[in-house]
Amino acid sequence: MASTSSTWRRNQQRLAPWLFLAPGIAMFLIYVIIPIFQSMAISLYQWDGLGEKVWVGLGNYVELFDDEAFYTSLKNNLIWLVLYLLAIPAGLFVALFLNQTVRGIRIYKSLFFFPFVISQVVVGLVFSWFYDPNNGLLNLGLMALGFDPIPVLADEKWVTYGIIAAGLWPQTAYCMILYLTGLNAVDPEQIEAARLDNARGLRMLWYVVLPQLKPATFIAMVVTVIGALRSFDLISIMTDGGPWGSSRVLAFYMYEQAFSEYGFRMGYGAAIAVVLFAIMMVYISGFLWKMYRDEKGR
Amino acid sequence: MFHSSKTLGAILASTMLATSAFAGELVINTDTSDPAPKKAFQELIDGFQAENPDIHVTWNLFDHEGYKTSIRNFLTADAPDIANWYAGNRMLPYVSAGLFEPVDDVWDQNGLHDSLASAEGSMTIDGHIWGVPYTYYQWGVYYRKDIFEANGIDVPKTWDEFLAAGKKLKEAGVTPITIGTKYLWTAAGVFDYLDLRTNGYDFHMALTKGEIPWTDDRVRAVFAHWKEMLDAGFFIDNHAAWSWQEALAPMVQGKAAMYVMGNFAVAPLREAGLTDDQLGFFQFPVINPDVPLAEEAPTDTVHIPANAKNKEDAKKFLAYIARADVQTKINQTLGQLPINKDSQVGDDKFLQAGYQMLSSTTGGIAQFFDRDAPAEMAKAGMEGFQEFMVKPERLDAILERLEKVRQRVYK
Repeated sequence: MASTSSTWRRNQQRLAPWLFLAPGIAMFLIYVIIPIFQSMAISLYQWDGLGEKVWVGLGNYVELFDDEAFYTSLKNNLIWLVLYLLAIPAGLFVALFLNQTVRGIRIYKSLFFFPFVISQVVVGLVFSWFYDPNNGLLNLGLMALGFDPIPVLADEKWVTYGIIAAGLWPQTAYCMILYLTGLNAVDPEQIEAARLDNARGLRMLWYVVLPQLKPATFIAMVVTVIGALRSFDLISIMTDGGPWGSSRVLAFYMYEQAFSEYGFRMGYGAAIAVVLFAIMMVYISGFLWKMYRDEKGR
Repeated sequence: MFHSSKTLGAILASTMLATSAFAGELVINTDTSDPAPKKAFQELIDGFQAENPDIHVTWNLFDHEGYKTSIRNFLTADAPDIANWYAGNRMLPYVSAGLFEPVDDVWDQNGLHDSLASAEGSMTIDGHIWGVPYTYYQWGVYYRKDIFEANGIDVPKTWDEFLAAGKKLKEAGVTPITIGTKYLWTAAGVFDYLDLRTNGYDFHMALTKGEIPWTDDRVRAVFAHWKEMLDAGFFIDNHAAWSWQEALAPMVQGKAAMYVMGNFAVAPLREAGLTDDQLGFFQFPVINPDVPLAEEAPTDTVHIPANAKNKEDAKKFLAYIARADVQTKINQTLGQLPINKDSQVGDDKFLQAGYQMLSSTTGGIAQFFDRDAPAEMAKAGMEGFQEFMVKPERLDAILERLEKVRQRVYK
């Protein structure tokens, strides 16, 4: 007893952090790290989730690189990544607009934040109705202006853009709230000083306000990129991947192959997941590297 | 989503008596969450309880869509004693994984080979019978009788008459056929009928079993007929944006006159205000007169999971649901057709029409594209059908893609 307690006392400083970290590490291992390797393992098999696993080596990947649907999904993923970033300037704009003291401004702020609070499923439904070829607001508007109606969600050219537009609505609200909190922290003295130096408008924004908003921009960037890569619910609700699979992204394709009504190709789904993971990894490494650099710089 | 029909007392009793080895407890899982099927199963279970007071039924009602995923879990992990599912290729994965119990003895002891003869083929895999069918429904063309009459159109019996009818409707400013292909399967209904009428039942089954290349000329002939319909502007625009329910609206509004559908479309059409004088049904017209008429009639079934705890009572339940009087009753509530040949068909005019049509069918009864073909082929096929309906010029690319899938799926 005495010896154990003295061992404990001697190593307390070194052990304590690990003990505190242990629950978190265990969770992270069980729910994140181990499944990553399991997915990689499953991607080398052909498996319907019920019967025997059949070893196919890299067969799933070979098939994947010969699969039109995979390239469609990959292309859509890129479109998502690029266009989804529009949420950041849009959010900044709304935040600047709302960053004033007018009577009832809190109500306006809440209203602008509202789309982020409601479920993505609801957002998807609302936009499906908005795009409805016969009775949707969009097409009623187009027809009133003398244009032909565009069946956004039934046209392979428009469908991905249509869904991204729906996704931008809540995402803009999210970026807005990030920037609003950021703006609260902007140093009024610096603004004052800049004003004395005759800075205003865009120059003020660019040289004085934005640099102070850098942490907010960074977080907005992170959540938006991740949001773009895991875009799933809107696609599922608005088009179910259609028409003829032209609005799929990798995450949706993976779900479709592995878990949907006509899927249950676990190996193939896992292979898609691994590719998606590799893409995310590029981004995550960059993110981690930047974090590391910032920490060191401090 | 999850609902147990029995009282708290029953649940308490079952937990107190431990989970296993409680003879007389029968667990039933179903996906019958829509109003009519839910009511039908409630009546069915009440009826079974009344006749077997010693058996305790616990009924778990699942959401219709969620069930498709849940069934895989509960068949392996925590099997009920009865689960409902579908006939044909749809049950193949569970049969080959050894998750369903063969029930040949139930069929032998209750004379089901005779009374359920029409569905025996679709319940048989590897020489065994894997469940009991309790209902099916016809597919065909539902149409606006009043619009047909107003434009002097008779019910088309042949392909030429069908095209002519469409032409007349177009001239009257009515789109001939409404369809919503967002969830793909509706397009498969059209494909199935075109194939059944062009090449016949045997060819259709061979195609869905993967024995015929998709690039075959006979398959192309099917798409050629489909193209005739597309060229004549038969289908509503923008159908890829709508579910089948949303596509009912043009028909109710009189903007479209026909719908190639299953009998389940009647209830929502009636609810939307169409009377039986406005709504009619006809058999899909003849394309090749040399081909015997085959129909599409998906069958719903109940099965005993291989891991069930109380197979003895489960078999009693199967025997019960196979009985003529029980099938009469459940199908009256469902608004569908009984399988048992001694059952009474409800006097609803669409049920009668379906019954007449199916009982005189000589060519064979198909389940449906996504039940006859394996899941992967079905998905790729239906996506191809949807694409073809919007972009018919891509036919070659579509067929080649389907052929590639076929070669992989049916190895």
